[in-house]
Amino acid sequence: MHTRTIKSLKSDKLNRISGSANLILSTLFALLALICVVPLILVVTISISSERSLYEFGYRFIPKELSLEAYRFLWNNRAMLLQSMKVTLIVTVGGTILGLFLTTSMGYVLSRKEYKLRNFFTWIVFIPMIFNGGLISTYFINKTVLNLGDSLWALILPLLVSSFNVVICKTFFMTTVPDSVVESAKIDGASQIRIYFRIVLPISLPLLATIALFLIFGYWNDWWQALLYIGEPNLKPLQSLLMSIERNIEYIAKYSALLGGSQTELLSQLPRESFRMAIAVAIILPVSLAYPFFQRYFISGLTVGAVKG
Amino acid sequence: MKEEYTAAIVHNQRRHKKRFHKDDLELTLLAAPTFIWYVLFCFLPMFGVIIAFKNFSFQAGMGFIHNVFTSPWSGLKNFEFFFKSNDAWLITRNTIGYNLIFIILNVAVPVTLAILINQLRSRWVAKAAQTAMLMPYFMSWVVITYFVSAFMNYDLGLFNQILRYFGMENLQWYAEKKYWPFILIFLSTWKMAGYSMMIYLATITGMDASLYEAAHIDGASRWQQIRYITLPLLKPVMIMMFILAVGRIFNSDFGLFYQVPKGSPSLYEVTETFDVYIYRALTGSVNISRPSAAAFIQSVAGCITILIANGIVRKLDKDSAII
Repeated sequence: MHTRTIKSLKSDKLNRISGSANLILSTLFALLALICVVPLILVVTISISSERSLYEFGYRFIPKELSLEAYRFLWNNRAMLLQSMKVTLIVTVGGTILGLFLTTSMGYVLSRKEYKLRNFFTWIVFIPMIFNGGLISTYFINKTVLNLGDSLWALILPLLVSSFNVVICKTFFMTTVPDSVVESAKIDGASQIRIYFRIVLPISLPLLATIALFLIFGYWNDWWQALLYIGEPNLKPLQSLLMSIERNIEYIAKYSALLGGSQTELLSQLPRESFRMAIAVAIILPVSLAYPFFQRYFISGLTVGAVKG
Repeated sequence: MKEEYTAAIVHNQRRHKKRFHKDDLELTLLAAPTFIWYVLFCFLPMFGVIIAFKNFSFQAGMGFIHNVFTSPWSGLKNFEFFFKSNDAWLITRNTIGYNLIFIILNVAVPVTLAILINQLRSRWVAKAAQTAMLMPYFMSWVVITYFVSAFMNYDLGLFNQILRYFGMENLQWYAEKKYWPFILIFLSTWKMAGYSMMIYLATITGMDASLYEAAHIDGASRWQQIRYITLPLLKPVMIMMFILAVGRIFNSDFGLFYQVPKGSPSLYEVTETFDVYIYRALTGSVNISRPSAAAFIQSVAGCITILIANGIVRKLDKDSAII
């Protein structure tokens, strides 16, 4: 036993790439990693540069003159950002909880081999993976039949379920929840609904974390639903606010004026370039700080998803 | 105890022969909310594709379904109009052209990266690189629009600073259509490569290490190990990603093609895809009946391509087909 470990360690070492190859590969990946994060760094440094230095020298990786003016302005006019933050939080939390329930319950039902309607529901989940109604009819159905225009529901409901997530759940339940557990609970007289809530969900926490993360990032980053269905400024989520500001920096002044400020006065004080980036940073930061910690749940979801169910 | 258990299972199986017992009812109840969601948000819109064959006009206050049923049939007029317009060729060329490149790059680049990163000696370097390379995946296209404009802004952007440094003229990046195909291809790869690499890497690290040990002892070179062990084991995942991508060949990422170029009219020729075209039609005041032909093609042709791709894969290698 002991000798075997040593042997395999040795062969592992033997099988490694040469030092120079390792150096080349490490440099390559350092470079790729840099390319991936460089734009984020640039946006941050622009946001902490003074407006004057930006106009004089352009955007720089190392600010010529530091200034927190943009953040000060953002803080003084935070009402709009906070309102959007509130919308995003409600949508993300609500959507994630509802979505988790809808996704896992269907996943569980599809994982029950003896269930009479299993085939029927498998088709219900499968067909939308290869066919959809397209943008025009989806838009009109949501807007006129389901009456979702200008409401938080328009941001939550259409994104609740993805067939891909349902398949991940089904595969997970089939492979990791032992049939004997479900069977013995049934013999003890538990209903399927009780089994799902009391037994299956509590032993599937890694799956719930994975699906929750997919949902959280989906809702946090969504701007498409808002673009289609939301006109009311008070209902704009963060991404949509960011989009409005990108199109028209004066949007912030207009909005603040609605809340009782002087539009012209605000516009004259507005540090346009750095402020634009400051608000982007305020929105990106939570995601870019959070995702490294949850990365492994993403990867476990990807691995389960890659297994054919 | 054990016998009792077996007896209970046998009893249970007998009860199964009845048509619809308590268990099925409970599971149906559990599936009902999601089923309703699917009907409302997936299946209801599917019937809307028939407006491609109608002379659809929207009257407010009557409801979409009512409007669909009362609009007169127009046969293939909408398709005729669509195919006679210059847009048809342009958006088909752009959508399919970009997607073909994306499909090739989104398999070739991540597989190569996954194999290479797995060779790194230092786990720390590999982990750090993975985390950094996954970052773009978590950024929305709206945020990426900000990133891009930091480089391409006319007066302040980094690209023009570099051009000026070398004594060249400033470029109107958002009006130069010759660069955009490359910019779009780069951005799409930049955003997705790290994520796809993780999928392949997860498969590679899940492989049995003894395979490589045995190969090494038998004198297989590193290239042979990759060629005869890694790639064959990655094949099912590659094929699955390929089929899914082919099924979306008529779809395009609206954020990439509309948000990032800021909807610039001078880039129209290289950024107009099915989704952009349909979105413009939907928000403009034009008759939506005509673009609905484009929407129909997008939905139906997409469905047909995925079935064909899957059929071909099934012919070649039965186990790799996804349907």
